[in-house]
Amino acid sequence: MDILRRIMGYVARYKWKAITAMLFLVLLISLNLITPYLTKILVDDVIRGGKRNLLVPILTAIFGFAACRGLLSYFRSFLFESVSQKCLYDLRNDMYTHLQGLSFAFYDDNRIGELMSRMTGDLEGIRMFVVGGLSILLENAIYFTGTTIMLFSLNAELALITLAILPFIAWVAVKFNKTIRPAYSEIREQQANLNTAAQENIAGVRVVRAFAREDYEIEKFEKENRLNQEKNKNASFIWARYFPLIEFLSGFCAVALIGYGGWMVAIEKITLGTVVAFNGYLWMLIMPVRMLGWIVNIIGHAITSGKRVFDILDTGSSIKEKSNSYFSDEYRGDVVFDNVSFSYKENSILFNININAPAGKTIGIMGPTGSGKTSIINLIGRLYDVSSGRVLVDGVDVRDWKLSALRSQIGIVMQDTFLFSDTVEGNILYGNPDASREDVIRAAKIAEAHDFIMEMPQGYDTIVGERGVGLSGGQKQRIAIARAIIKNPRILIMDDCTSAVDMETEYEIQQALKKIMKGRTTFIIAHRVSSVKDADEILFLDNGRIVERGTHEELLALKGRYYELYMQQYKDLDEFRSKRQVI
Amino acid sequence: MLRQRITDDEALEKPFNKEQFKRLMSYMKPYKKQLLITLVLMIVAAVCGLLGPLILQLAIDKYMFKEKLAGLLLITLAYLGVNLISMLCVRTRVRIMVVVGQEVLFRLRQDLFNHIQKLSFTFYDSRPAGKILVRIINDVNSLSDLLTNGIINVVTDVFTLIVALAFMFSIHFRLALITLTTVPLMVLVIFMLKRTIRVRWQTVRKKVSNMNAYLHESLAGMRVTQVFVREPETREVYRQLSSDIYSTWMNAIKVNNLFWPSIELIAAIGTVLIYWFGLQFLDQGTVTVGVLVAFTGYVWRFWQPLNNLCNFYNSLLVAMASTERIFELLDVRPDITDGENAVEMPPIKGEVRFDNVTFYYEPEKPVLENVSFTVRPGETIALVGPTGAGKTTIVNLISRFYDVVDGRVLIDGVDIRDVSLNSLRKQMGVMLQDPFIFSGTVMDNIRYGKLDATDEEVMEAARVVYAHEFIKDMEDGYYTEVQERGSRLSQGQKQLISFARALLADPKILILDEATSSIDTRTEILIQSGLRELLKGRTSFVIAHRLSTIRNADRIMVIDHGRIMECGSHDELIKKKGIYYNLYRAQYRYLMAI
Ligand SMILES: Nc1ncnc2c1ncn2[C@@H]1O[C@H](COP(=O)(O)OP(=O)(O)OP(=O)(O)O)[C@@H](O)[C@H]1O
Ligand SMILES: Nc1ncnc2c1ncn2[C@@H]1O[C@H](COP(=O)(O)OP(=O)(O)OP(=O)(O)O)[C@@H](O)[C@H]1O
Ligand SMILES: [Mg+2]
Repeated sequence: MDILRRIMGYVARYKWKAITAMLFLVLLISLNLITPYLTKILVDDVIRGGKRNLLVPILTAIFGFAACRGLLSYFRSFLFESVSQKCLYDLRNDMYTHLQGLSFAFYDDNRIGELMSRMTGDLEGIRMFVVGGLSILLENAIYFTGTTIMLFSLNAELALITLAILPFIAWVAVKFNKTIRPAYSEIREQQANLNTAAQENIAGVRVVRAFAREDYEIEKFEKENRLNQEKNKNASFIWARYFPLIEFLSGFCAVALIGYGGWMVAIEKITLGTVVAFNGYLWMLIMPVRMLGWIVNIIGHAITSGKRVFDILDTGSSIKEKSNSYFSDEYRGDVVFDNVSFSYKENSILFNININAPAGKTIGIMGPTGSGKTSIINLIGRLYDVSSGRVLVDGVDVRDWKLSALRSQIGIVMQDTFLFSDTVEGNILYGNPDASREDVIRAAKIAEAHDFIMEMPQGYDTIVGERGVGLSGGQKQRIAIARAIIKNPRILIMDDCTSAVDMETEYEIQQALKKIMKGRTTFIIAHRVSSVKDADEILFLDNGRIVERGTHEELLALKGRYYELYMQQYKDLDEFRSKRQVI
Repeated sequence: MLRQRITDDEALEKPFNKEQFKRLMSYMKPYKKQLLITLVLMIVAAVCGLLGPLILQLAIDKYMFKEKLAGLLLITLAYLGVNLISMLCVRTRVRIMVVVGQEVLFRLRQDLFNHIQKLSFTFYDSRPAGKILVRIINDVNSLSDLLTNGIINVVTDVFTLIVALAFMFSIHFRLALITLTTVPLMVLVIFMLKRTIRVRWQTVRKKVSNMNAYLHESLAGMRVTQVFVREPETREVYRQLSSDIYSTWMNAIKVNNLFWPSIELIAAIGTVLIYWFGLQFLDQGTVTVGVLVAFTGYVWRFWQPLNNLCNFYNSLLVAMASTERIFELLDVRPDITDGENAVEMPPIKGEVRFDNVTFYYEPEKPVLENVSFTVRPGETIALVGPTGAGKTTIVNLISRFYDVVDGRVLIDGVDIRDVSLNSLRKQMGVMLQDPFIFSGTVMDNIRYGKLDATDEEVMEAARVVYAHEFIKDMEDGYYTEVQERGSRLSQGQKQLISFARALLADPKILILDEATSSIDTRTEILIQSGLRELLKGRTSFVIAHRLSTIRNADRIMVIDHGRIMECGSHDELIKKKGIYYNLYRAQYRYLMAI
């Protein structure tokens, strides 16, 4: 019920439209209720009674009513469609906005296929309710009460007998509702699974092809598809059990009318005309009762779908902004880690990290795979929250910062390059939508991307496929670098961002970057000594702890892990040097 | 194929034609028996429905008098029986049709899915994943009602219509003719509305598809959006796409909803005509009061199915917008397929030969030009060169992910286009540059390389790439669930897992595309030494930017601008002082500049 109330909350935003639509509906129903009365007059007075002078007015009325009905029903359904689409529009946007506010942690745990299914199939369930359910509900409620009153005013005794079956029907409907609800939520869940299965297959198509696993994938999808079929069948079988039963039971009204009504006519308690009129109204009564099955159906869908939609809307972000969050026009770019520990759920990743990076300094971070490098820099932009300690930017705890203000000062080149399906220029501009073409070119030049972009047939207007399809690995990375540079951030973070770039280009990028790094706080994560060598401080991370720190020279003198790494990477440098002298 | 932007509409100009409808119906063919039974059931139910007013008529005319009370009781019971039969028919019908309808949906969806398994990268390169997804999920879903109810209802509606007409003609011939005069009017209305309605629903489907594709991409890229604080702009784009749906939908509704009121109005005209002429006939004495009343009762039974038919036609127009999209996808011809008389690839010995290969993704931009080389069985070949030189492209051609434009790729002297794709790829192990991790356990992910591998084999492969340690340390070890795209792993860990996956496949030809680019040097060196053992007896291609990792390759090919510029062992190339020498120097330049 709570869910229905929330859905109605969306409808209420368009209450005038909805009320007008309802009004039209009421008018429509009144017209519908009068029509059998006209027919009754036609039959009783004109045909049987021979009052021919009434014929033309009544026929005109019948036609006029039909015309009005046509108009009314057109506008009514138009308005209901409009309201439902508006609600859908609002819900979609609310969902989208809400999803945008959810943290990285949420996206770590939730599948795109699942979210997609909530934002398409489940919203559809709600739409069906608003566009059809509401009007069916109202329409049938009115028909029901209206005809009941009519029947009672025609003849209370007969009405009571014909309606005696109703409580029983209501009971069946309640039971129907109870049984079908779980079946619907199973369908929705399975749809999400199906969506996920297809989505992953498409996303991982390269791996599927590389290992020739098409048959395996087909088998996997077929399983989900089959389950989906089963769940749907299951729900329909429940429906098949109850729906015809309700129809059958509603037929008892007519049975009672013939039997009891016939007897009453026979003993001349009522006229034949009353039975005929009763009959006309009775169909109007049976219809809404039969509709009960549909109503249960639509509401059931709306509630199961609504729950899944509102579940998302009710998921709070684990990253919450404070109410009077900090922001300023003057950013310096000081970054301090004050005894920071961090864990993903129960998984402790970082322990007692202390870093002091005053504005303009460069920090290099090295360490084995999975040691926590990416995790550290994720904390600066508050992509995750620390579990203890503090991260300070410009002396203010990041948790006190206004998120958008904080992040707008940070440019990150993420390790996992993600490009959007847009033009090359559009992708670079993603870092700063207000930048000019010249800025784009400048950024691309620093990232050593300009040359290859110009070699492409449409240059900067070349459309990149989803996730950067159509570019080589190194090309993607360079566009991502340009995207971060164009943002002109105070804090620049580069997470292993030249791993797919050849040495020559990497060298050039580094030279160019050095110029723009001046005055910015920079964090560089790399596996190559050459990338971090000039940093003001190099941190060597292992298992979430900083095991060595200092400048290049200091660390070499330490003869520890960093030194070992250096030796591994440059063991043939001396050999090479001497060779060069020889040659 | 042109690459699509998400907001570009899909071009789709296949008019709704009988062919497509027939094709959809062909999915129903295997269920002839069920359809037949359903038909019978529906006819019985329809007859029951028609009997209703007849019984009532009979009761009113003949039995509502004192002396006929027994008859009245009988007739009441008859009515009850008719209802009971009708209920049983409906129930059985629904059960049968649901099975048929769901089976057809299942087939249709499975066919789509199976079909896209045959499509090559060219297809996936050109379409956003969201747009493919929409067709498999949403478009198929939207046929559900048509298949389970719609089509079969038509038959009964037609039947009811015929029966009602027969009754009407038998009751009063001229009145029946008068009723029929309105039918041409209806046909006219339908004819006028049909085209507009179809086109407008088509537009709606396109916009829905655009929105879903955008949604899909923005969910995938949400992290980037948040990092760059671009929420407001993306929200705006989404809002725009969403409001496109609103306006196109309402546009469609505007014409769509004209349907029903016009039909109703025409029906009203029919009713008026019947009363008008009916009374005249009554005056002429060619019709009795009872007959006239009965006739008007049947007229309603005539309009009902006619209305239903019109509505069905309308929903058919809506559903066809989806059907078109489904069949369009099914009709995309896979461009990389087994040849006419493709044979199984015999066990690969490992010789790989490029014979004057030319290749491009887009005609304006050649990627490989006249590349020729031969790799002897068991050789380890390193490919180096600047980014975008075409290294990945070369290895893509060996696995036949794309077909060469000119020239041939031969393995053991066999043109790879002459053998079946499956038998070829089954013998290769490819580690892609972009490590892709499926949601599921670590175990499942590695096992993807060899589905029947034992746990022990999986762990062995993990040990070779030094992934065993960190996997063991995760919450549930090898059974830890890694989420979609491995979001709970570090980049290097993802790489190691997909590395292990490629090794587990125990391939004859191993391709490692930047297998260790995100791995720390120490692990890299450890892996190198273990790998040497593993590479023995296999032909392998190793792409790397860190030259230290390829020093031991038998031969190094330097690729630039789609050509092989140099080829030889490390020492030979260093001596040559060419491109490789310069590349090699570059990695020290930074240090030497001190
Ligand atoms: N979202 C997450 N949920 C749970 N654990 C995670 C998550 N992301 C990373 N981890 C774990 O945290 C550890 C550190 O990961 P991180 O990405 O910081 O490593 P890294 O040092 O950047 O490694 P690499 O060099 O491979 O990129 C790893 O063991 C990883 O498995
Ligand atoms: N699917 C595609 N469609 C169109 N062009 C493509 C596609 N894939 C790659 N290209 C283009 O082909 C050229 C060669 O790309 P390739 O991926 O082979 O480079 P690479 O040598 O592997 O580079 P890297 O070292 O950066 O991975 C590049 O210019 C790239 O833009
Ligand atoms: Mg990392």
